[in-house]
Amino acid sequence: MREYKGIMVLGEVSEGKLNSVTAELLACARLLADSLKEKVSCVLFGSRASDFSQEVIALGADRVYLVQNSLLDNYQAETYLYALEQMVSMGLPNILLFGQTAMGRDLAPRLAFRLRVGLVTDCLELSIDSAKKNLLMTKPVYGGSARAVFASDFFPQMATVRQKAFSPLPRDEKRTGQVIECIIIDPAVLQAELKTKVIGKKIEEYSGVKLEAAKVIVCGGRGIGGPEGFKKLEELARVLKGAVGASRPPCDQGWMPASLQIGLTGKIVVPDLYIVVGVSGSSQHLAGCSGAKVIVAINSDPEANIFKEADFGIVGRWQEVLPAFIEKLKELTKDA
Amino acid sequence: MDIIVCCKQIIDPEIPPSNLKIDETGKKIITPSGTASVISPFDMHAVEAALRIKDKLSGKITILSLGNNFVREVVKKPLAMGADELILLEDEAFDGLDSWAAAHALAAAIRKIGRYDLILCGRQAADWDNGQVGIGIAEFLGIPAVTLAKQIEIVDTKVRIERLLPDGYETIETILPALITVTNELGDPRYASVKGVLAAKKKTPTIWNKTDISLDVPHSKLLKVFQPIKEKQCQMVKADNPAEAGAKLALKLREAKAV
Ligand SMILES: Cc1cc2nc3c(=O)[nH]c(=O)nc-3n(C[C@H](O)[C@H](O)[C@H](O)COP(=O)(O)OP(=O)(O)OC[C@H]3O[C@@H](n4cnc5c(N)ncnc54)[C@H](O)[C@@H]3O)c2cc1C
Repeated sequence: MREYKGIMVLGEVSEGKLNSVTAELLACARLLADSLKEKVSCVLFGSRASDFSQEVIALGADRVYLVQNSLLDNYQAETYLYALEQMVSMGLPNILLFGQTAMGRDLAPRLAFRLRVGLVTDCLELSIDSAKKNLLMTKPVYGGSARAVFASDFFPQMATVRQKAFSPLPRDEKRTGQVIECIIIDPAVLQAELKTKVIGKKIEEYSGVKLEAAKVIVCGGRGIGGPEGFKKLEELARVLKGAVGASRPPCDQGWMPASLQIGLTGKIVVPDLYIVVGVSGSSQHLAGCSGAKVIVAINSDPEANIFKEADFGIVGRWQEVLPAFIEKLKELTKDA
Repeated sequence: MDIIVCCKQIIDPEIPPSNLKIDETGKKIITPSGTASVISPFDMHAVEAALRIKDKLSGKITILSLGNNFVREVVKKPLAMGADELILLEDEAFDGLDSWAAAHALAAAIRKIGRYDLILCGRQAADWDNGQVGIGIAEFLGIPAVTLAKQIEIVDTKVRIERLLPDGYETIETILPALITVTNELGDPRYASVKGVLAAKKKTPTIWNKTDISLDVPHSKLLKVFQPIKEKQCQMVKADNPAEAGAKLALKLREAKAV
């Protein structure tokens, strides 16, 4: 019997670029591999997979498995499951990692149940137990109020990793690795029997700076009171060349599009500056922003939990605080 | 249309973090007595999704809850909203199951129920936030699973789902029976009517225990739970009035080179 060996990462490509979470996963996998003295492999799917081989090697992979098939250009659960299951049975990894992304959330549990192994989702930390050499997986629970550490006796040991939980390694263009084109049973055989079909897609465009890329984010909560209030936050964001985001209630109420929700079930952001207005600071919201370098909170309630997480705070109604704050910022950033 | 909705009873996920404590085993989270239990909020959205389908097509909604020490008023809430039947998988042995064992037990119960066109779950339970059980049930039953539904529509013998994406949604069509997990973007669960509450009071739940439902071994082992230590100190910006505080904040941020 062959042994389960090595750390395998499922790479993600979106909009023609390697997703930043893949670089983060490779950094995490590198640490685990070095402590186990095993190798890191990265699986890449899609007709343009080979474009990214060198990049994933530079970011820490020792081996790249390519499945260059146009049926894998876009995520479709059944097709991806079919292909990945084959890759895992060929590669027999000791540890298999995904990003806690739209794809990872959907695909990792499917594969774990298919392979009859355990899975821990949304991990913040992964390490190797020095005695048993097994994987210790730490994930936030109760929205982030507590953390739990898990292990599994089933192989591969599977985890999804929260975005931004690890920093990518600096790219080392001199690193070398093996690139292997894999032949699997063509997912084309599956197409006639697919039980789920994607029949349409609607992408919501929101004008303004993208949340994921923003260095400054102004986030509004229920305390903003309605869509008009968000105009003021947009003005603040413009002054700081930042993006606007929201906690869940403004999205649920339809004041802001759902794609701007920050938190456990929304986007994970790590801006340099996070200005959070009219948000109470629930653990589920903080899950999405606690990595920000500087957090500034404006809230009318001195007891609000957000002040426990902020670096700077003002107790006050935003309607009274923001106009003067914005004016002063305009003055200060005039010559920038 | 026979719909089964899986509902988990949990500690209110919105209680302040400071109210959560870890017990002496280091493996269990405890709360002060009197802390409210609720049905995990996303499961309530799943109940709402089921009711919307029933409103249109009629049918029967069965609520299935797995756990122990159920608070009757809590688990009966979906009945008060309009669901028809409640099955409780209630046993000490059902406490603290991992995703694998929970999905296994729920799938066994669903097989025992026998008839179903649609199974709905919340996108994740709001206590352990695993997001695996729904998909696991589907895998055990060998039926398609679609996650993160913000809208569900039955079209003849198929079901059409608007599935949430990070920047929009996709429309997916699948066959019945299917399992669908529901996200809050579907819309708020309805309030129970007085009539509904009275009707729910009269209904007796069916109770199955570990002799009725076989249990499988967990596939992930919980080693410990802990609370992260916070070391942040917030600098409060104070002034004679809010506007002055706002201006002062801007200066402080410049000083800290944050702007
Ligand atoms: C499993 C799960 C997942 C979740 N995922 C997310 C998520 O991804 N993102 C998310 O945000 N939430 C999420 N939530 C919801 C979360 O628990 C909270 O309900 C939510 O974050 C609260 O949003 P809020 O702070 O805007 O509203 P509230 O908690 O209602 O707070 C509003 C705040 O505004 C202040 N305020 C009111 N008026 C003013 C004023 N004039 N000026 C200044 N301040 C004012 C109030 O003092 C209060 O603190 C999730 C919940 C669960 C259970």
